[in-house]
Amino acid sequence: MKVSYFPGCTLKNKAKVLDLYARKSAEVLGVTLEEIDNWQCCGGVFTTARDEVATKLSSVRALMAARDSGQPLVTVCSACHNVIKQTNNAMISDAEFADKANRYLSCDSPYAGDAKVYHYLEMLRDLVGFDALKEKVVNPLNGKKIAAYYGCLLLRPGSVMKMDDPENPTIMEDMLRALGGDAVICGKRNECCGGYIAMESPTLAKKSSNSVVENAIAAGAEMIITACPLCRYNLIKNGSPIPVVYFTEILAEALGIKEDIHE
Amino acid sequence: MQRIGVFVCWCGSNIAGTVDVKAVAEALKNEPGVVFSTNYQYMCSQAGQDMIKAAIAGHKLGGIVVCSCSPRMHEATFRKTASQAGINPYMVEIANIREQCSWVHKDMATGTEKAIILGKAAVAKVNLNTPLTPGESPVTKRALVIGGGIAGIQTALDIADAGFPVDIVETKPTIGGKMAQLDKTFPTLDCAACILTPKMVEVAQHENIRIFSYSEVSEIKGFVGNFDVTIKRKARYVKEDICTGCGACVEKCPMKKIPNEFNLGMDNRSAVYIPFAQAVPKVATIDPNACNMLKNGRCGICAKVCTAGAIDYTQKDEYIEEKYGAIVAATGFNPISMDKFDEFAYSQSKDVITSLEFERLTNAAGPTAGKLLRPSDGKHPHTIVFVQCVGSRCSACTEKGKEYCSKICCMYTAKHAMLTRDKYPDTEVYVFYIDVRTPGKNFDEFYRRAVEEYGVNYIKGMVGKVTPEGSKLKVQASDLIANKQLHIDADLVVLAAAIEPDKSARPLATMLTASMDTNDFFTEAHPKLRPVESPTAGVFLSGTCQGPKDIPETVSQAGAAASKVIGLLAKDKLTGNPCIAKSDEWMCNGCSSCGKVCAYGAITYEEKEFRLPDRTTKIRRVASVNPAVCQGCGACTVTCPSGAMDLNGFTTTQIMAEVDAICK
Repeated sequence: MKVSYFPGCTLKNKAKVLDLYARKSAEVLGVTLEEIDNWQCCGGVFTTARDEVATKLSSVRALMAARDSGQPLVTVCSACHNVIKQTNNAMISDAEFADKANRYLSCDSPYAGDAKVYHYLEMLRDLVGFDALKEKVVNPLNGKKIAAYYGCLLLRPGSVMKMDDPENPTIMEDMLRALGGDAVICGKRNECCGGYIAMESPTLAKKSSNSVVENAIAAGAEMIITACPLCRYNLIKNGSPIPVVYFTEILAEALGIKEDIHE
Repeated sequence: MQRIGVFVCWCGSNIAGTVDVKAVAEALKNEPGVVFSTNYQYMCSQAGQDMIKAAIAGHKLGGIVVCSCSPRMHEATFRKTASQAGINPYMVEIANIREQCSWVHKDMATGTEKAIILGKAAVAKVNLNTPLTPGESPVTKRALVIGGGIAGIQTALDIADAGFPVDIVETKPTIGGKMAQLDKTFPTLDCAACILTPKMVEVAQHENIRIFSYSEVSEIKGFVGNFDVTIKRKARYVKEDICTGCGACVEKCPMKKIPNEFNLGMDNRSAVYIPFAQAVPKVATIDPNACNMLKNGRCGICAKVCTAGAIDYTQKDEYIEEKYGAIVAATGFNPISMDKFDEFAYSQSKDVITSLEFERLTNAAGPTAGKLLRPSDGKHPHTIVFVQCVGSRCSACTEKGKEYCSKICCMYTAKHAMLTRDKYPDTEVYVFYIDVRTPGKNFDEFYRRAVEEYGVNYIKGMVGKVTPEGSKLKVQASDLIANKQLHIDADLVVLAAAIEPDKSARPLATMLTASMDTNDFFTEAHPKLRPVESPTAGVFLSGTCQGPKDIPETVSQAGAAASKVIGLLAKDKLTGNPCIAKSDEWMCNGCSSCGKVCAYGAITYEEKEFRLPDRTTKIRRVASVNPAVCQGCGACTVTCPSGAMDLNGFTTTQIMAEVDAICK
């Protein structure tokens, strides 16, 4: 199976391991991630600027490339996924935005939201299947107590992301179980880590991060996994006493392809 | 050609304001068949009706056209007038020149033009009208009440007291419904069981009432006055007429770990069970999914200990057929599932409960014998947070909750908060609300008492997140008036879950061909003037199946529904609607198209012998309409490919004549 792949800027810098193990694991699972040519930043920081068209154009371009290749578009980073899925939705539901975007891009065939966008986790669940994933596990996690940390962006807004129940998700827990881990459910798994507030008010971000980590530890977690580079940054920066890793790392470990890399 | 009279109504200025009524009367004078045409200020008044009667007699009219308001308003009035003047009521046509003309036009010229055209169409139709006589059907003097909660109980008692036999069909092993699970009732705080159980006993002992408990309605055929209903009596594996309800089987049953539905799964029952001590009928029921004897033939203890010999493992579901004149839907409600509201951590912590679960926790017959203890560790909770509107008034998230207000939650939450503070003054109680809605007799006073006398902390704002941490529930909420974030360490969180109609309501509505709204509440015939009747004749609505209601309102509506049923059953015969379909057997080729579209099951097919012109006979399959069942919707007439099906009073030729008159 071949899919179009949008890694995003952070995955080329700070979050190289998220990208590396996403690719390696996909290969083991029989999926080829075909990186889109000349992709640009998704527009990440500007998601909430609803009237802004220009910052979303690179997302539309990525979606268009996926459409032209006839493949679903897969992303890994929570923020990229959020922006691209929301943009795709806007191309379907917001006629004015779609018209403007298509005029800016002035390409031969206007884009109407036809590409299918998957988060890597959705790809595991819906295209590969957790049962098939389970069969590929060579190095099971042996009941390791792991808390899945979703953060605020991955699943919300629920009506657009259509990925999982934002208040009671199961997708990462199901993945952990398929890998042989013990999924610890903690109440704050979908709360904000502090996000970009870290730049303006580090103490406020620290408070958010710490409450997430403390909650996970209280629930018995020995490790936290996440799909978001910013979440991981905040949790580690604010002194999480337990490891915080990308979900692709734990995936690669279970699939037996984890190697030592220096970030 | 008929001798037709035209009567143009002004409706004060309602019509005359934008329609030149004199010009309309004048223009219609020259239409084919019209021998008399006039206008008057209020045609529906006594003077107007007398004018019509005098014209019918004086001009020997055979049909009349009244240009006035919608036929829904006064068609019946003018039909009666015509009838009193000696002509068939179906020789009356109404041209609606108010709702569909004067009210929607602003300009006199266009209004008048349209009124004339509508009048012409009505005249063209009357020319083809034929006198119609409605059929009569007998009334079965027995009522069926579906649902045995307080709504069904009250309706059944009122009908039975008027002398008519009533059957109650209840899907659970006992009647009583939700009210039987409640502790105290607002605003007077009398104990629910103390006021409900005497009524349950009265039902059981009433000579005019039969209870079909642990039963379901599986089929409904027929029509008002003559419903044929099939009731499925589920096998309870206990002979209802022999069981004394002694409880020996319940005590000895080895399967004791079955979640007890009556206590909402907060304790366990045995495989053979009696839901609660005051159950009616007080007989045991064996849960076939839990009983070892029924599952694998290994046990049989209950049969051994039953001195009455009531246990019967071979019992099968039984179907009984009964005729009814009227049917009352009283299917009730359920709290919605909390699955999609996990921001309140309902699935994560046993100490996050719904309000109905709280009722059971405070009920003396509940799992804790009335002591307010946390489900997780059995300790007394010192801080309780009540969250209102969980899933109610959820206009932004209809995929999760309901758009409507569930109506009862403000009051029962005030009750819970007040009773907690009364019994356990050391407990801090918070109530988070969007608005506190307490209209109703003594309701607002009740809520004020909770705030002022009992010191309940009412906070305007919603809870955003509940996080279980250790033995505490960390509640994060906003106080909208103080404009600040609150963090409360609670021991117990109680969610006022929205209520929704019982799942059985939708299939029941389909069987009854009764209409429902998008929330699956039954729709009433008129929201203000016919609130307890369904638009489907002979079907009545009682209690929360029609919309959220508290107990006093439910009981009022139950009584109102009963009085409508009594009014129907008191009649010996019902007059039908003569505007029904009929099939021309010579044109019908028996293709079955009409039968497929008939929503009422009024069309059957028969093999009929026809004598042909050459004196031979031929057997052909033809459609036949049951006049008692047909509702005159006309679906069959437009489906029929050969044009054999026609609708009395609205024949194809009549409709085409109207269209021609409009297009001329």
